[in-house]
Amino acid sequence: MTDAALNGPSSSRVNRIQDSYMVQVRRRRMYGGLTLGIFVLLMVSGFAIADDRNAGGFWDGWRQVLDFPADVMSEAWEKRAEVPGLLVEFFPALLETINIAAASTLIGAMLGLILALLSTRGLAKWPRLIPLFRRIMDIMRAVPEIVIALVLIFILGGGPVPAMIAIAFHTAGALGKLYSEVAENADLKPVEGLGSTGATWSQRMWLGVLPQVAPNFLSYTLLRFEINIRASAILGFVGAGGIGAELRHAMSWGPGRFDEAAAIFLLLFGAIVFFDQLSSRYRNKMIEGQ
Amino acid sequence: MLTLDKLTKTFGDKKAVDNVSFTVDRPMMIGIIGRSGAGKSTVLRMLNRLSDATSGSIKFEGRDITRLKGAERRNWQSRCAMIFQQFNLVPRMDVVSNVLHGTLNRRSTLATMFNLYPDSDIHKAIEILDRLGIAEQAPKRAEALSGGQQQRVAIARALMQDPAIILADEPIASLDPMNAQIVMQALRRIHEEDGRTVVANLHTLDTARRYCDRVVGMRDGRVVFDGTPEQLTTGVARDIYGAGANFSEAATSTEIETLEKTARDYALPA
Repeated sequence: MTDAALNGPSSSRVNRIQDSYMVQVRRRRMYGGLTLGIFVLLMVSGFAIADDRNAGGFWDGWRQVLDFPADVMSEAWEKRAEVPGLLVEFFPALLETINIAAASTLIGAMLGLILALLSTRGLAKWPRLIPLFRRIMDIMRAVPEIVIALVLIFILGGGPVPAMIAIAFHTAGALGKLYSEVAENADLKPVEGLGSTGATWSQRMWLGVLPQVAPNFLSYTLLRFEINIRASAILGFVGAGGIGAELRHAMSWGPGRFDEAAAIFLLLFGAIVFFDQLSSRYRNKMIEGQ
Repeated sequence: MLTLDKLTKTFGDKKAVDNVSFTVDRPMMIGIIGRSGAGKSTVLRMLNRLSDATSGSIKFEGRDITRLKGAERRNWQSRCAMIFQQFNLVPRMDVVSNVLHGTLNRRSTLATMFNLYPDSDIHKAIEILDRLGIAEQAPKRAEALSGGQQQRVAIARALMQDPAIILADEPIASLDPMNAQIVMQALRRIHEEDGRTVVANLHTLDTARRYCDRVVGMRDGRVVFDGTPEQLTTGVARDIYGAGANFSEAATSTEIETLEKTARDYALPA
């Protein structure tokens, strides 16, 4: 009953459309199947190669994956009475780590903002230099924080400042890329409107683009802040101080100080959860409010 | 066939739909009119179970559909197709795929994720498109079509569901008059040829008059009129829209009927 009243010329026309569409569908299905096949092949072969080169071997080793966490947990559980004290003891170290993360996120975000606006089509001050600024951001992203930190620690000596510079450098590249993608979707009409009043490029960006993109920028920045907390904890392992240094002491000691390791993990987890909650609240406020 | 009984929906302390009751005993084309915020869309959304009723019930062929859950609810939704003001198609997929979405309830999730539909369904989808006069657009992306064509794709998706009821929420509100006429005629034809019930929310009085067998007027969540198009006089319309004596039908429609009876009319204060 929903079928068309098939009659004469109309029916042959419909058949033609059906046939040509079916050809298209078959071609698409073939491509889909091929893609799936290649994907499976790559997965299997990639896994096989990785397993071959692995010193221990995945199939023998994976059962022991949980041994270390289990050791830490059982020891921490035995000494659970001491954990609250340890939390208080390590809290200043956590503050130092968060401090590094906050400073580097701020500096990185400011630098990233400038790089992003300079490398976004339609907004850039010098459109011809867009590729240059893009490559600069690529380089900033490509170099791992830990490499920059090691070099800087070698030159400047250990401490929070080299870690801060290293993380800020990487953050500028990463946020610049994300910012630029958001700014690309911004509405250009307000920018044109401001341009018609004789505004400078900085005025157009600050007053025409930023209000549109601010909520997205903010949420990317807060996400980056979370990542940077973790990054600055890791840099503690190579001599940047903060909670990472304490974690290294606790873990390299081996059994006997696992309660400290557990307390540090708890602190890190708590800090991440705290900032996640905080960021989602402020982001919602910014989107709804005003 | 279809019975709404004391259907109520509250948002916070505001009653969007207030004690709505009416019965449809045979397939017909029903127009619901009223100004924006009168609760028309909410009624349709509760019929399709896109939103839940606060109290009251909707019975279809003796079964209370307001209490359905999970797979049963989805099954009801597949029998009660919905057409939206903004078409609500997937813009980046081609027209035929959009029409095939009408069969989602019958197919496995995995097969549909990879766009694998039986050939017979694909043929049927194109036949339905041909019935609505847009078979030529079959391989194009939905976003490449004009508004009127997109709305016909949405109707084709609804027909693909092979539904007992078609709900249309302001189907012509974002279309130009020419396309609006084509879409309304398509809905009317579906009612006449397939014997399906069509319930449409409409903005304009003349559309309701011209295409519907029965008109329900809503105001502030309540049904204030329920009758044939002939009974829908200017006075009644004024009541529905809550307009004063200066209300002219031209305000809501393109077809201007005479306003002779102005003096003794129900003119309620707005």
